[in-house]
Amino acid sequence: MLHPLVIDVSNLTKTYDGKTAVNGINLQVRKGEVFALLGPNGAGKTTTVEILEGYRERDSGSVSVLGFDPNSKVSKSAERMWRDQIGIVLQTTMDALDLTVRETLTHFAKYYSNPKNANAVIESVGLTEKIDEKIRTLSGGQRRRLDVALGIIGRPELLFLDEPTTGFDPEARRAFWELIRNLRDQGTSILLTTHYLDEAEALADRVAVINNGQILEVATPKTLGGRENSKVEISWIENGEPRSSFSDTPTATIQELAARLGGEIAGLTVARPTLEDIYLKMIGENL
Amino acid sequence: MKQISTIKLGLARGALEIKQFNRQRESVVFTILFPVILLFIFGSVFNDNIAPGVTFSQYFVAGMIASGLVNSGFQQLAISIPIERDLGTLKRLRGTPMPATAYFIGKGIQVLYSMFLQLTLLLFFGTIFFGLELPTQPTKWLTFTWLIILGTASSTLLGIAFSVVPKSGRGASAVVSPVVIVLQFFSGVFFIFTTLPSWMQHFAALFPLKWLTQGMRSVFLPDSFATEEAAKSWEINKIAIILIAWLIAGVFISLKTFKWTKE
Repeated sequence: MLHPLVIDVSNLTKTYDGKTAVNGINLQVRKGEVFALLGPNGAGKTTTVEILEGYRERDSGSVSVLGFDPNSKVSKSAERMWRDQIGIVLQTTMDALDLTVRETLTHFAKYYSNPKNANAVIESVGLTEKIDEKIRTLSGGQRRRLDVALGIIGRPELLFLDEPTTGFDPEARRAFWELIRNLRDQGTSILLTTHYLDEAEALADRVAVINNGQILEVATPKTLGGRENSKVEISWIENGEPRSSFSDTPTATIQELAARLGGEIAGLTVARPTLEDIYLKMIGENL
Repeated sequence: MKQISTIKLGLARGALEIKQFNRQRESVVFTILFPVILLFIFGSVFNDNIAPGVTFSQYFVAGMIASGLVNSGFQQLAISIPIERDLGTLKRLRGTPMPATAYFIGKGIQVLYSMFLQLTLLLFFGTIFFGLELPTQPTKWLTFTWLIILGTASSTLLGIAFSVVPKSGRGASAVVSPVVIVLQFFSGVFFIFTTLPSWMQHFAALFPLKWLTQGMRSVFLPDSFATEEAAKSWEINKIAIILIAWLIAGVFISLKTFKWTKE
């Protein structure tokens, strides 16, 4: 069953001062999906996302976000209704330092027609113990969680997350992933850009790799770059020396090894390439 | 979806802006106390009679009240908005359904608030130390009220409009402050307007500050002084027309040119 499209982009292009930032991108994200956009700095990720968010204007191509063209300028009230349904978590901002967490969230809640409860949102991002502290006193990771809280206070149908877990410790990242999964389970569609491949693997239903303003591939994290069919690396220790080999038929290779070494294989690991390996290979080929 | 009233959001923005303003001690001290310090300096140095029953310090207080509108509106906003743009505050707001008009209303409320604090101090010290006399006729207070309202609104909007001129928050003060200081000199705040070269007077007449100072003099100086003005009268109607014209220009320019992001 196919869910309706929340983002539909075709042949998107954008040039700055003669330099092409986005060069014919096609992108479809469906309702309820977590979609990750991966790519090196300068690949065109931010430009693409900021066009979808209505921050930048495109040169050509068509864009529909929740059925609305962010550049259409039809009317202020249509744009307001559209913004009421999206949430944007930008890269870190350093504003409102003199307000408390609660004051900021309660204030932003007023912008939306059907906001979530401010205290509940603060709790869901794990800032309850900082609720009456000034934003100035928050750590980098706590500020980031506040950014996320501000992005979801309006109960968005579609959430844009730009590098959401930069500066998080591992525990906070796990907690954040849980938060994102909960949002997804409640039906929120999410467009995520991230540098962390493990994050994309943990969260994304599909990923797109973007480089030089073009999309190289769109796939699930498990199948990107032929990952599910790629050679498997088998490592073991033989006569005290580390050994390894690549195989298309790992089960057979291991049986053969076990027979040769007579029983338990010392230091055995069997590893498919990580998403990061695949990603780096894809980016490397296109440098 | 239920439409949230822009006015209501503007009031909420105003309350938040005031809260933030009060918590930034430097801004409170700078915008509120600076005019008072100037009052003490100028009022103490130049205290001669400039007309029968009118001292320069009285003339100067009226000018400082008018300047206060330009300082707490135009100057303060044209400096602080580029900083908000640099910090990403505006970009974040742009991503919400909050309309620009509500943001502008919030700024206006904050300007009105800091103007109110500044005025209280200027009137207090002006009457105690520098012979300022508070008007007794209700018509003068009526003039005072509309001068404050029109002055605050146009100063706010022109500050928002001018906020696109500085390239960055860091350089904003260097771009904006000279504009204001020159305008203050040309508009008869630090010197008696009619003693300025006529080209300066003509130039100043293009901008609102000259008319605001003249209006404040009509409120705080005796009516006998009207004949000392450039036009031999207070020109109350002309002041109102020019301020309204600037207000309308401010609405259009600010809505047209306002930038949420640096791009």
